[in-house]
Amino acid sequence: MIQFLLNNTPISYQMERPDLTVLDYLREYRYLRGTKEGCASGDCGACTAVLVEQGEHGLEYRNFNSCITFLGSLHGKQLITVEHLKDNDRLHPVQQAMVDQHGSQCGFCTPGFVMSLFSLYKTSQTGQITNHEENIREYLSGNLCRCTGYFPIVRAAEQSLADPGPDQFNNASREVSDILAKIDDLSESEPTNFHAPTGVRELARLRNDRPNARLLAGGTDLALEVTQQHRDLHEIIYLGRVQELRAFNRTETRIEIGAMVTLDRLDIELGDDFPELRALLKRFGSRQIRNLGTVGGNIANASPIADITPVLIAMNATCVLESFEGQREIPLENYFHGYRQTEIRDNEFIRCVNIPVPANNMHLKICKISKRLDDDISAVCLAALINVEDGKTIHIRMAFGGMAAIPKRAIHCEKTLLDQPLEPRVIEQAKAALDRDFQPISDVRASATYRMDVAKNLLDRICLELSGNSPVTRIDQL
Amino acid sequence: MNLPPFSTGKLTVGRAMAHDSAVGHVSGEAPYVDDYLPRTKQSYACIGMSPIAHGTLLELDLEEVHKAEGVIDVITADDIPGKSDIGPVFSGDPLFATDTIQHLGQPLFAVAANSMRQARKAALKAKVQIRESRALLDLDTAIQEKEYVRPTHTMTRGDADAGLDDSFHRIQGFMRVGGQEHFYLEGQVSLTVPGENGSMSIYCSTQNPSEIQKMVAQVLDLSMNRVNVIVRRMGGGFGGKETQAAAWACIAAIFSTRTGRAVLCRLSRHDDMIMTGKRHNFRNDYDVGFDADGRIQAILYRLAGQCGFSPDLSDAIVDRAMFHCDNAYYLPNVRIDGVRCKTHTVSNTAFRGFGGPQGMIAMETVIDEIAYRCQKDPLEIRKLNFYDTENRSVTPYYQKIECFNIPKIMDELERECDYQNRRKAIREFNQDNPVIKRGLALTPVKFGISFTTTFLNQTGALVHLYTDGSIHLNHGGTEMGQGLMTKVAQIVSEIFAVDSDKVVISATRTDKVPNTPPTAASAGTDMNGMAARYAALEIRERLIRFLAKQHEVNEQRVMFTPHGVRVGDSLLTLAEVAKEAWLNRISLSEASFYRTPKIHYDRTTASGRPFYYFANGAAASEVAIDTLTGEYRLLRTDIIHDVGDSINPAIDIGQIEGGYIQGVGWLTSEELKWDSAGRLLSDGPATYKIPAVGDVPPEFHVRLLGKHPNEEETIYRSKAVGEPPLMLAISAWCAIRDAIGSIRDHQIFPRLNAPATPEEILKTINQVKA
Repeated sequence: MIQFLLNNTPISYQMERPDLTVLDYLREYRYLRGTKEGCASGDCGACTAVLVEQGEHGLEYRNFNSCITFLGSLHGKQLITVEHLKDNDRLHPVQQAMVDQHGSQCGFCTPGFVMSLFSLYKTSQTGQITNHEENIREYLSGNLCRCTGYFPIVRAAEQSLADPGPDQFNNASREVSDILAKIDDLSESEPTNFHAPTGVRELARLRNDRPNARLLAGGTDLALEVTQQHRDLHEIIYLGRVQELRAFNRTETRIEIGAMVTLDRLDIELGDDFPELRALLKRFGSRQIRNLGTVGGNIANASPIADITPVLIAMNATCVLESFEGQREIPLENYFHGYRQTEIRDNEFIRCVNIPVPANNMHLKICKISKRLDDDISAVCLAALINVEDGKTIHIRMAFGGMAAIPKRAIHCEKTLLDQPLEPRVIEQAKAALDRDFQPISDVRASATYRMDVAKNLLDRICLELSGNSPVTRIDQL
Repeated sequence: MNLPPFSTGKLTVGRAMAHDSAVGHVSGEAPYVDDYLPRTKQSYACIGMSPIAHGTLLELDLEEVHKAEGVIDVITADDIPGKSDIGPVFSGDPLFATDTIQHLGQPLFAVAANSMRQARKAALKAKVQIRESRALLDLDTAIQEKEYVRPTHTMTRGDADAGLDDSFHRIQGFMRVGGQEHFYLEGQVSLTVPGENGSMSIYCSTQNPSEIQKMVAQVLDLSMNRVNVIVRRMGGGFGGKETQAAAWACIAAIFSTRTGRAVLCRLSRHDDMIMTGKRHNFRNDYDVGFDADGRIQAILYRLAGQCGFSPDLSDAIVDRAMFHCDNAYYLPNVRIDGVRCKTHTVSNTAFRGFGGPQGMIAMETVIDEIAYRCQKDPLEIRKLNFYDTENRSVTPYYQKIECFNIPKIMDELERECDYQNRRKAIREFNQDNPVIKRGLALTPVKFGISFTTTFLNQTGALVHLYTDGSIHLNHGGTEMGQGLMTKVAQIVSEIFAVDSDKVVISATRTDKVPNTPPTAASAGTDMNGMAARYAALEIRERLIRFLAKQHEVNEQRVMFTPHGVRVGDSLLTLAEVAKEAWLNRISLSEASFYRTPKIHYDRTTASGRPFYYFANGAAASEVAIDTLTGEYRLLRTDIIHDVGDSINPAIDIGQIEGGYIQGVGWLTSEELKWDSAGRLLSDGPATYKIPAVGDVPPEFHVRLLGKHPNEEETIYRSKAVGEPPLMLAISAWCAIRDAIGSIRDHQIFPRLNAPATPEEILKTINQVKA
């Protein structure tokens, strides 16, 4: 039985299928139809609801895509839907702001926006919201509206953030915390096809005993098999409750990132030290995706257009694979064998990635090129860790997403640049070397020609940016 | 007692009232078709589609579909009781393909099951054998091979050939403009509920209830009076639910007839994107002659739209492109050929602007290119070529421009957006910055209002006053988010001098107001507002006559005021008035009819007055582009738009802001891509990118022109606002070109196409640099 709070109703639910999405549960089983299906792929945000968990400083309210989240992952949490936002007959401040600012036209996307605004509102009560404009855009990045052009919705966000006073959720927070704290771990003694182990040993055993079960991390990719290809997932091992996988440890020399560290958390942990990583993470999927999506998931699905892997490869990360038999640590770049082919064995899972802390004089350069600023998959993603001393490149590791069947290092390009002055003549040679490193493909996102042209031009960008008094090189600097 | 005066100003009309469903929207309580609680034994339909673009259907083996879990019924073309073609104007749209397959995604069969998931899984089990034929998939080939869905139509005024020969400068060129997926957030959906004697109630997300009624009646072989279509609201339409909501309603209705069950047919996002038509992409060729100053002398256009496999609405859509390839400029000698190309792709359809944007962008491209040739700011060329209302006032279709606010709007906008100073600042910025370049453009929009198919310009309304003083309103228009219901309620409440929440707006129903046009052509408020006004006025006048007689006062001394109905020196509530009238057997209900006056168009001579009036506006957009990657950002937008006397400024500004951003999407990030087999690659929001919140310009100023009531007698002298603002986005596209042009100091004309994706921009940068 999974247990969670649906709004303020405690639910104990025996799942018939482990791959039932939260959205289908709400709409088809509970007839809560305020939450809409716009795409069933986590790209439009019409299905946005809010997930409440106990954090260090109280309850945390995160918006997420209910259409690509499996119900079992709600265990031990509170789910808030749009139906629960009104306080008796009074609209919640974010709802009132949407009415006041004419933030709805056709209204179909509106419940999703309201829930993202609600999550922003609750987060702002904790004092974590510092830059309204930036945070509004970030929190709304996963909600599409086809009618309004977003202006009135942004105004509604501003109105609600002007004075985010206590709401009925503040009053109920202690009670909710208590209820959530009392929910036990999912018992393995019951027959189930949705497993939620709490420790790596249990996970390793399950992984060994149930080789056909699918590992579920954030689910933002896995769920598409169910919602887009209409396939059934018969057995799932959910990783979200495995404590060790959520670890984030940092020493003088090494950063250890547990596989289940979410992309949002990665930003919190590393964003201050690596501004270009922060900039990338702000454009990684949407806020909803970053709340669920994990570092381990981004590696494990082995997509050639995953954005985190080029960064990790450039930073010379290793990947720790674990099974019942023990652990092994491999360079991350060796994890990928071919298109969606990886090093992982049937009984293994990704435990964590380890990054050597770069020396102070290293520059982490990251360029994500996509059609749309927010919530878009890269045509090309470049990450490079570079050290230039006296105009000469003394260290470089560079990896690309979108240029090959796997996230891949630009070995020839690196060699051309290493120990050479960072100047136009060398850059031209490095560009030519990219032709040896990559034969990109044409697809829906970009042509092969564009990919290669951009990859080469990005070397110019990096060269300019490292050259000292650089002109404006990125449009978001304007 | 303090009696209200016998005259009042406007009460609710002109106020920025919230959308009538705003509270329902934000609380999730406003239901859409998929939200109605399921009926007992309701079943769910899914469509099986062709995996091949062109060929002959050899075998359709549905045995496994029948056997799949939860399946109740499976239908093909053989199971259609009545007419099998659902072409809205011309035939050519079979509900299910039988012999010839004409596009990838064409419906072959449908399956109904106990749940949506079961239906979708079952549909995957069909075995289809098709003998493939060569598929014609691209516009250029269709132009070359003269494959058309409808004959080419031509508009001529003056002598274009002679004019070109006499011109000082002459430029020949072409530009391509892409299509656009509607991406209404609520996909296509119909729920059919069978009633007695074969009748059918249909809850449908459609802009065109009367047509759904007719199509379902024809497909089921029923008379229209047995089919009732009900539309409370759509989760967006944008033209995509004008004709292309019909198939899914018909399929659900067939299942309902066969099974006696309620049937919900809701397309998944993927199926919707594959199976429904989009905005037409165009290739626009031009041959323009102009004098040394840049004043156009003559122009030849060939506007070729990709229609897909069937005519659908393409005749009228390409016509509207032709009607708008002058935009705001006088073309002394002009010939326009409008070509309707046939391809083995989904049938393209209405989309906000209905071809107008595709024509208008051709004109603005021509203006830009003239500016490069004359080495002037494009704004100067625009001003030089404006229509006036005297000697330069006749359009290529012989309608005279009678009122023209564009020069005034452009002047005010140029001043308000500080165009000249910013132009200078941008030039300086671009000189100092080799990588990032900025661009600016100020472009006008003149958009004709009315259906160019004249007979569609008619609608009706039905107003009831009940004996408790509450008012019920129906009209022929549908609500898709544009605030039509709110505006019409404001109009009716204005007449009775009550708060608009006293007026209950219910779903649009074909059994209440019959034989209506689609809610389209921006004419929803113009027509339905006027019809509702007529009905409300008739009831009010009837009551005034009655009260005057009953209370023995002069009719001038009966007045509906916000405080009640003043009758001589007494004040009655509307409820008292209604009840008194009822007791005296006075009708409190009225059905009304409106037809747009003055309009006529003779397509054989391509002349007349197709438009009642023109909507006007202008936008200035500033962008930045990255010359290394082609990435771009909008930096600032300023808009002045003319809505006449606004009925609801909040709703109007909402249409302007939303239309502009939707247009920006069309011209920048929204790229439809097919593979060489005719399969849509951009088949979901992961690959088809409509604007998101980060795409809106950080600085955005919109204002209504104001103080310019519509010169025509429209409803409260307002102007239509649905479609025109979309074309304000052409300024953003022109600004991108301006930024690219700066790389070579505007010496080389950047041959930018639309959409200007980063890839298209980088390609154009390379063209300019080469």
